[in-house]
Amino acid sequence: MAIKIGVLAKQVIDPEMPMAAFRIDGASKKVVPPPNIPPVVNGFDENAVEAALRIKDTQEATVTVISTGSAFALDVMKKPLSMGADELVLLQDDSFENSIDSFMTAQLLAAAVRKLEGFDLIICGRQASDWDNAQVPLGVAEILGMSCISLGKKVDVVDGKVRVERIIPDGYEVVEAPLPAVVTVSNELGQPRYPTLRGIMAATRKKPTIWSASDLELESAQSAPRITLRDMFVPVSDQECEIIEGEDAADSGRLLALKLREDKVI
Amino acid sequence: MADGTGVLIIGDAAGGELSSTTLELLAAGQKVAADLGDELSVALLGDTLDAAAQQAIAHGAQKVYSVNHPLLANYQVDLYLAALEALCKDIAPRVVLVARTAEGRELAPRLAFRLGVGLAQDCLEISVDAAEKKLLANRPVYGGNAIAVVSCDQTPQIAAIRPKAYEPAEADSSRQGEVVSFPVELDATMVRAQVVDTVIEEAEGIKLEDARVVISGGRGLGGPEPFAQLEELAKVMGGTVGASRAAVDSGWVPSAYQVGLTGKTITPDLYITVAISGASQHMAGCSGAKVIVAINKDAEANIFKEARYGVVGDWESVLPALTAALRELTQS
Repeated sequence: MAIKIGVLAKQVIDPEMPMAAFRIDGASKKVVPPPNIPPVVNGFDENAVEAALRIKDTQEATVTVISTGSAFALDVMKKPLSMGADELVLLQDDSFENSIDSFMTAQLLAAAVRKLEGFDLIICGRQASDWDNAQVPLGVAEILGMSCISLGKKVDVVDGKVRVERIIPDGYEVVEAPLPAVVTVSNELGQPRYPTLRGIMAATRKKPTIWSASDLELESAQSAPRITLRDMFVPVSDQECEIIEGEDAADSGRLLALKLREDKVI
Repeated sequence: MADGTGVLIIGDAAGGELSSTTLELLAAGQKVAADLGDELSVALLGDTLDAAAQQAIAHGAQKVYSVNHPLLANYQVDLYLAALEALCKDIAPRVVLVARTAEGRELAPRLAFRLGVGLAQDCLEISVDAAEKKLLANRPVYGGNAIAVVSCDQTPQIAAIRPKAYEPAEADSSRQGEVVSFPVELDATMVRAQVVDTVIEEAEGIKLEDARVVISGGRGLGGPEPFAQLEELAKVMGGTVGASRAAVDSGWVPSAYQVGLTGKTITPDLYITVAISGASQHMAGCSGAKVIVAINKDAEANIFKEARYGVVGDWESVLPALTAALRELTQS
């Protein structure tokens, strides 16, 4: 039987945007999306799509990508489809715009997973580049009572189990869990594949499934916020850098050594 | 859950001794417990906890919950979670503090979800709104480009504190405290994720997190070979070598070398960056360094906004001259 894989993906402000374009709106305490810089699929989530597609490369599998938000750039969110994913489900509602509250986000995604009659394996990026919360996948696992393995760099499905090489501070460990399971992946998994021309054509023809709040069975207690944002600001660095300049680059290197000694850094 | 009282630290006593991150939590916890007018307690999980419990009291804990069970001898996420969930439900703390270590990264969010409460993730600093009895957490977002101040709406209010954000608490052996045994019922069938193998790939020598001097290389090095030159400088300085995520993603060095938001957090006395642009995601892992030195050919690179000393120039010329001069200075 085909393995049913779900991938949770988030649309984020491009983290590679120039720092000069980074701005916070004081009144709403939100980051202002930079004009003329399109959003992207969160980088670790592209790793998750890649991990799912690698399983699909060798076994019979379907890959469904699920995302939640209040406004989507459809061409951006279709990228996983053009990489080779089968389906895209967007949970889109004005009330879903609260990227800071992982609890709410996880409830929405878990409700969608239930509506899709569950998955054998849910793969997610380790964290999103906006709030770096690294909570939603673990939350989805807890809500749905699934086992959870985080920080994978290699994900295989063998004999009804998921087998993950997960990063630890001084190397990696091999962890196995029975399906269904949630796995988060890190950049060590390797580069996500580029969409092929054929993939892009196929993605153009595919229509995402779009569900609003009324399509999901949500209990009000479950969707109450858990976190209050009190302030947000750009930290200021008062560090003054002393530039060491010699006659040429090598001389600068030598003078740098002398300076470090003079200032008793070494 | 009702209002709750007390500040509970989730301690780590692997090897029978408190970890440095637990001592850091004790420093952070003493302050917020005092500001809240709350008792400070530490939960210890394991099978030999007596020495660590006394150590926690000497470092400022008024109470230690000793969760003693043979199955807790080594960290296992499913079992640790079951024990912590039982403890938190029983004692109903107002605030729970967890260190955002490799273990804390999975424990804290899953514990929060089990208790149905929010988590202030990756905190650099915590303080107290005394009137509302709320914990205020300062935490970097957008890769460190911004700091958000958040509070949790439900009780317990859980915060995961970034390692090395606080100095470890000082010991005072005259302190008195109470050790309370908290029995838990666990069985091996609760284990769902089984570790079947562990592979250590960290380079030999000084650990990155413990090194007084770290030399890191980035994308601008262009390949794996230049890391040999970084090793050479590290050897001269008695330090060790790290890398930016770009260098790791390119496959030039193993991921255990990575310094930054999704890599290691280091606080060396001297941090020398070679051909690293200094994106905020990298700086998140090294901003606690006492002195940062930048070598980069791009004068506009962000690293020069963070460094104390800088050389604008090609590393291929700067680095050998720096290494030679440092070798001379350190040998004379």
